[in-house]
Amino acid sequence: MKYIEEFRNAELAQGLSCAIAAAVDPQRIYRFMEFCGGHTHAIARYGVEDLLPTNVRMIHGPGCPVCVLPVGRVDEAVALATQHDVILCTYADLMRVPGTNYESLIKARSKGADVRMVYSTLDALKIAADNPEREVVFFAIGFETTTPPTASAIKQAQARGLKNFSVYCNHVLTPAAMRAILGAYTDEGAPNVILDGFVGPAHVSAVIGMRPYEEFTRDYKKPVVIAGFEPLDVMQAVLQLIRQTNEGRADVENEYARAVTLEGNLKAQALTAEVFELRDSFEWRGLGAVPLSALQIRPEFAAFDAEKRFRVEVPNPKENKACACGEILRGEKTPTQCKIFGTVCTPDNPMGACMVSSEGACAAHWTYGRFREAPLLEKSA
Amino acid sequence: MNAPLDKSMRKPKARALDFKQGRVDMSHGAGGRAMAQLIEELFVGQFDNAILNREHDAAMFELPPGRVVMSTDTFVVSPLFFPGGNIGSLAVHGTVNDLAMGGGVPKYLTAGFILEEGFPLSDLAEIVKSMAKAAREAGVAIVTGDTKVVERGKGDGIFINTAGVGVVPDGIDVCGDRARPGDIVLVSGTLGDHGVAVMSKRENLSFSTEILSDSQSLNDLVADMLASVPGMRVLRDPTRGGLAATLNEIAHQSGVGVELTESAIPIRGEVKSACELLGLDPLYVANEGKLIAICPPEDAERLLAIMQAHPKGREAAIVGRVLDDARCFVRMKTQLGGARMVDWLAGEQLPRIC
Repeated sequence: MKYIEEFRNAELAQGLSCAIAAAVDPQRIYRFMEFCGGHTHAIARYGVEDLLPTNVRMIHGPGCPVCVLPVGRVDEAVALATQHDVILCTYADLMRVPGTNYESLIKARSKGADVRMVYSTLDALKIAADNPEREVVFFAIGFETTTPPTASAIKQAQARGLKNFSVYCNHVLTPAAMRAILGAYTDEGAPNVILDGFVGPAHVSAVIGMRPYEEFTRDYKKPVVIAGFEPLDVMQAVLQLIRQTNEGRADVENEYARAVTLEGNLKAQALTAEVFELRDSFEWRGLGAVPLSALQIRPEFAAFDAEKRFRVEVPNPKENKACACGEILRGEKTPTQCKIFGTVCTPDNPMGACMVSSEGACAAHWTYGRFREAPLLEKSA
Repeated sequence: MNAPLDKSMRKPKARALDFKQGRVDMSHGAGGRAMAQLIEELFVGQFDNAILNREHDAAMFELPPGRVVMSTDTFVVSPLFFPGGNIGSLAVHGTVNDLAMGGGVPKYLTAGFILEEGFPLSDLAEIVKSMAKAAREAGVAIVTGDTKVVERGKGDGIFINTAGVGVVPDGIDVCGDRARPGDIVLVSGTLGDHGVAVMSKRENLSFSTEILSDSQSLNDLVADMLASVPGMRVLRDPTRGGLAATLNEIAHQSGVGVELTESAIPIRGEVKSACELLGLDPLYVANEGKLIAICPPEDAERLLAIMQAHPKGREAAIVGRVLDDARCFVRMKTQLGGARMVDWLAGEQLPRIC
């Protein structure tokens, strides 16, 4: 814990808070998007906003794996679990994400489907090895961080001859989503989201390195500061973004040097490239169909591709019309601007994915930040 | 010729139970001799007290004067044996503590067992011995019980229910609805030990840790606290859902807000590390041997000293205060210097923790 606690130190936070206050130009508003749900969570959980000047606004980005999974894919997970008698393994967050008609994996499980929560792909492999008579499907979600473990699981299954193991691949790519956000314009030709820069991903960057962000500094003139997931990391990145903005610079900077290198993790990149290839297009919740934004399993590994092994038909995936997850994921709305935030939609009864994952913007605001809407009225000491 | 038959003739017995190799079978819950043998050789033998030994269907006893407190709790913890305890000791501590949190002096417990066919008698014996030891240490008697057996696959080894009664001394009125703005919130020691100890032995995520469950009865600590601060407002043991869930319950019952100070909350380094690894928040992790106390501000320092003087409260700390807040929010000054809510637990963080 020593090396974690240091990044939550109150004195250092005060120092950074003062440095940020001194650096900002009071005449302007700074808008920075933290791409990752991990940052969204850290900001809310540690109360980082309380340490930032009011003219520094943090806009929550789409980097929450379950949040960006479209309803159709959730429906497919439910269909796999209920129609094909498979053991469906997935990470915990996905269990409660509502699909069409509020169906979810946790509801499917209560009706008898065999859905298992796993902490790693190794757990799923073990389940497959322990149940040779059953088909075991790992429902893979996540950005570049969770992709190498999925690739590794497929290679291990191949090496061990596990014929009953397959992967339903939903792995997506960070730079494609950033590009989709920056490339979205209103009918009048104005950018959909006004941004001064990005707090760049932590773990994703440990895998992909710094180079993939160069297009955003070059083509869109937006600074990117890669930051770790601890609160002091985020504050330091904000300070660097403010300095770049003030100086009119747009560079890729690396605050998270303890884990991220220029080239990233080459071994993980090679493993990913060996097992996966680019999809022509993938549907994202909030961003719609984004070209070359996701991965699929290479034909050489088709035996482990659940999309090829199972015929999954989902009639008409439907999102809740009142749910503003799409706008929130694009950074166009804050959670409290959604009509059903906190009324119909709460973490106990989520209508949209952003209210499910602890990394979702809505869940983070509801769980940690909602006391700010109506300041405390204190009558006594 | 009417000489009384000796007891062994009335109740002929099979061979003594095999507590090494034997297993629970359906006959142990069928109401016949096998069940009687299990009760006599194990339960009566271990729990041994005059009320139980009469082997009547209902226990008869008298209670000292005062209001009676009563509580029941059912235990389904998995795994059954964990570092620092097992389902048996937990079943006694849980109900003893519930009675103590009502300001009561625990007196008598009941014990109901649901056993799964095939459950090793050696495990059952170890669990029952732990219950007997926990009861003796807490000064309570297990005075009546019940045993049922379900078919293999219909249970998970053993489930235990305990219920208990105790007596609240005159002048004591502790309840979750009595917190008032300005009151002080204390905890009796480090948080999250039980949850992490149990999780560390779960099949799918076993990790090595030195953490022991804090499972223990708290009635002796409570007795000292109430003797010193009879004006105590609230006592509560933060079991499932941890400190966060329990404080939210109290805030709603009392119609107040609570403000915690993160840096004051005692949590072991190992528990913090394990929670970091598992993505858990220690404020939501279960405890089975800790309590939350809320008292008027003028009593707080005295109460803290009394708690710290007791072996079960050595690491006690003042962790927050009660606020006037109609929204009943529990919030926290973060160690970083910001603020956040400490909300109700959504969904399920750790299933079958007690």
